[in-house]
Amino acid sequence: MPTVTIDERQVTVDPGTSILEAAKKLGIFIPHYCYHPRLTIVDACRMCLVEVKGAPKLVTSCSNAVADNMVVFTDTPKVEEARQSVLEFLLINHPLDCPICDKSGECLLQNYYFCHSRKPSRFKENKVKKHKVVDLGPKIVLDSERCIVCTRCVRFCKEVAGEEILGIFNRADHSEIGVFPGKKLENNYQGNLADVCPVGALTARDFRFKCRSWFLCQIDTICPGCSNGCNAVVHFTLRNFNGLKGQRVFRLTPRENNDVNKVWLCDVGRWGYAFVDSIDRLTMPAMRKGEDFVKTDWNTALKETANRLKTLVERYGANAIGVIPSPHLTNEDLYALKCLFGCLLKIANIDFKVPGFDKGEDDKILLKADRHPNTKGAELLGLSGTGLSVEAMMDKVKAGEIKALYLAGSDPVKYMGEKAEEALSRAELVIFQGTNFNASCKLAHIVLPGATFVEKEGTFTNYQGRVQKVNKALEPLGEAMADWEIFTRLGQMLGVFPSYRSAEEVFMDIAREVAPFAGITYKKIGSQGIKLTLPEGPVLSEAKE
Amino acid sequence: MAEPILSRNFGKKDSHTLQVYVEGGGYEAMKKALKEMKPEQIIQEVDKSGLKGRGGAGFPVGKKWSFIPKESPKPKYLVINADEGEPGTFKDRQIMEQDPHAVVEGAIITCFAVGIHWAGIYVRGEYVKSIERLEGAIEEAYAKGYLGKNILETGFDLDIVVHRGAGAYICGEETALLESFEGKKGQPRKKPPFPAIVGLFQGPTVINNIESTASIPHIIKNGGEWWNNLGAPGIGGGVRLFSVSGHVKKPGVYELPMGIPLREIIYTHAGGIRGDKKLKAVIPGGSSAPVLKPEEIDVPMEFVSLAKIGSMAGSGAVIVMDEDTNLVQVLRVLLNFYAHESCGKCTPCREGTGWMAKIIERIEKGEGQSEDLDTIVSIANGIRTRTLCPLGDAAIGPAISFVTKFRQEFEDYIKRH
Repeated sequence: MPTVTIDERQVTVDPGTSILEAAKKLGIFIPHYCYHPRLTIVDACRMCLVEVKGAPKLVTSCSNAVADNMVVFTDTPKVEEARQSVLEFLLINHPLDCPICDKSGECLLQNYYFCHSRKPSRFKENKVKKHKVVDLGPKIVLDSERCIVCTRCVRFCKEVAGEEILGIFNRADHSEIGVFPGKKLENNYQGNLADVCPVGALTARDFRFKCRSWFLCQIDTICPGCSNGCNAVVHFTLRNFNGLKGQRVFRLTPRENNDVNKVWLCDVGRWGYAFVDSIDRLTMPAMRKGEDFVKTDWNTALKETANRLKTLVERYGANAIGVIPSPHLTNEDLYALKCLFGCLLKIANIDFKVPGFDKGEDDKILLKADRHPNTKGAELLGLSGTGLSVEAMMDKVKAGEIKALYLAGSDPVKYMGEKAEEALSRAELVIFQGTNFNASCKLAHIVLPGATFVEKEGTFTNYQGRVQKVNKALEPLGEAMADWEIFTRLGQMLGVFPSYRSAEEVFMDIAREVAPFAGITYKKIGSQGIKLTLPEGPVLSEAKE
Repeated sequence: MAEPILSRNFGKKDSHTLQVYVEGGGYEAMKKALKEMKPEQIIQEVDKSGLKGRGGAGFPVGKKWSFIPKESPKPKYLVINADEGEPGTFKDRQIMEQDPHAVVEGAIITCFAVGIHWAGIYVRGEYVKSIERLEGAIEEAYAKGYLGKNILETGFDLDIVVHRGAGAYICGEETALLESFEGKKGQPRKKPPFPAIVGLFQGPTVINNIESTASIPHIIKNGGEWWNNLGAPGIGGGVRLFSVSGHVKKPGVYELPMGIPLREIIYTHAGGIRGDKKLKAVIPGGSSAPVLKPEEIDVPMEFVSLAKIGSMAGSGAVIVMDEDTNLVQVLRVLLNFYAHESCGKCTPCREGTGWMAKIIERIEKGEGQSEDLDTIVSIANGIRTRTLCPLGDAAIGPAISFVTKFRQEFEDYIKRH
């Protein structure tokens, strides 16, 4: 293994490691544009030039591998002069429109200019005019004048999204990125183009002109879009001047996890966050009065719920209640639900497998057919197969044997259509606990507003059995409450129930009670998650790698 | 004057046909190589000949061949670079149009020596006649059994195809040429890996210039030492074709020994300056070669001597400028050329060439200032050695040399306008 000296510090790396990556190991950052650790190397931007002892000229650190006893300098006057020169070149034809550019604040032209140059421009000529506001599709907008032709986007489409769609048109300083004639940018990974673009050339339509990047806070999360559990960062603002109607979450960006999503995020997941601040969010508990819902407070709503459930169990037995949780809920939510309905109320009819819930389209890259982040968790917590299936529950409601349905985040009407609609209309009691109004909620008698994945702490177990953590970025909208908290409060009204004060406390119980989770703590899960040792045999019917 | 070698068929009636070529002793070297010589012997002879690449970089041809791995899981290729685009250069065109069989014969010997069974000739798109002539020669060679399967019953197979470029200067750069040959946008590749290891379609590839290839049959026929001795005493390396253009009485292609003094080319062979005017400046090796002043023209025209005085032998294109030449205009034309032809892949060349061109255009329009000249030099220094391929350094050759060697003329122009 070669040992290399970089800026008078030594590091030993695998053969073939580039100078740039070796320097990274020492914590030395070499500025670069075209290089991206997940894409092929093109050696084009010339920003990563460094001095190698004995070499007649500066060498590109992205494409040159270290050799044993190599001596590298990354911050000599010669290197700094080269960086300034490259920056000057990149900026001569750039429109310098930072005040209206969405990339501003997180742009590598800005960052490197302020780190390495800060020189006034000597350019007195007319800038090259190029195409602006080019629709590359419904999701991505191109501004060619801001483009530095690093070709990260071209390579991303070809190498990651699997489509040769983008190319460079024209030559010299008229070079522009574009879509090949007769082709369309249609893949499910376009959001990554805005991420890999180091400058403001490619911007996501979803984010354009919505918020300056420096107003955004970031917190680690897990994309709730499917069972893959891609690691992500949620960007949100605490400066919401518009009450309940304002946008608080502005985007999801990928976070590196080599075992799950590398550094990518699909568009379905990335832009699935809109429900968090959408107009149909449930913000207050409510109860049906005739055709209408009437807002109420938590105490009233929970008391009503507890009393009616209690009465039904006393009158018809526990089998007269069916519970349909959603695999959108966290392990903590689901465990509290299980404690409440399974252990305390002895209800056997709990099933999260609403027919068709896992029948989306698998894109063979990241997006899984099952569009729920915690199916494996629900499975491991035993929320299916203890009693009737969802389908059988609906039949029993029609037959009058099941009197009440508790929908915890689930929307059977969406998947089962008329059959569920009919059952829900006939049931004596339908309780809907969830984040947004939907067709199933419409038929409920009591509505309990739940918190979304950015408004609560908890864990999801992805399709591989990897437990990963979501974090609370924002307070629940209005009076919404984390689902585990709702179950805890209901539980305490109905009998002896643990007084959970945080999701972590719930998780500690999971780790104690549910075998595959044994010994796991939030600390151990960390930012990259922990893969469970799963019991033998098919845990999940649709399990696929 | 010595017997012409490379240009011996130039000007003959039907010189492009197999019949005329064979009458002049053509394809004898091929027979000798395939029937009497071992591949290693051929490489040795070419090594001994001191033949350096005639495209511009001047890399020893024999050495280039020896880099090709003997055993390769992927097919090996010969690519002949006929993308003759260096401004001032028009000698490969003469070979292709007037003596295409020399290229075919040279290709056969090269492929036999290196163990290649497929060769492609990448011809500049504008060279329509060259393409026709090459295709005609290849057809005749196939008919005669010099190409195809089992050539001369030696068991050696070779196919040659002609590929027409689309007229981009950058495709003369070998890795951009390979990209273009593969059907991609002509932009240079990062090196290493070098084409000898990973070249056309990922296979090991020899890339030779047309003139280099056409020289091979002569080297094989008469021996490497003979060829080497054709060069100027103490310099060697054989003869080469000089494309002489500009303000001389007799512009044209001249076959002369390597190392002949520049003065001799201009005044003896090309007949001196048109109208017997004074010489002002001369570009010795294609537009990328830094310009020389009249007091520098005693330099021997070969790679080392020209490099010593800060210029280069390049493609052997001599561009002569007399005392009436407006160097501001000349530099504007040259810098516009590079700005137009930069492929746009790497930053310094993409942005720097365009910037220099805009400044010189402004100066020509009379809106320049003295410090603009310093800016040009400083931009050029920002490009120097920092680009992915040699086009960047090619563009700054004229920029720096014109502005520094003729600074006074540029200053005067700025003052006058």
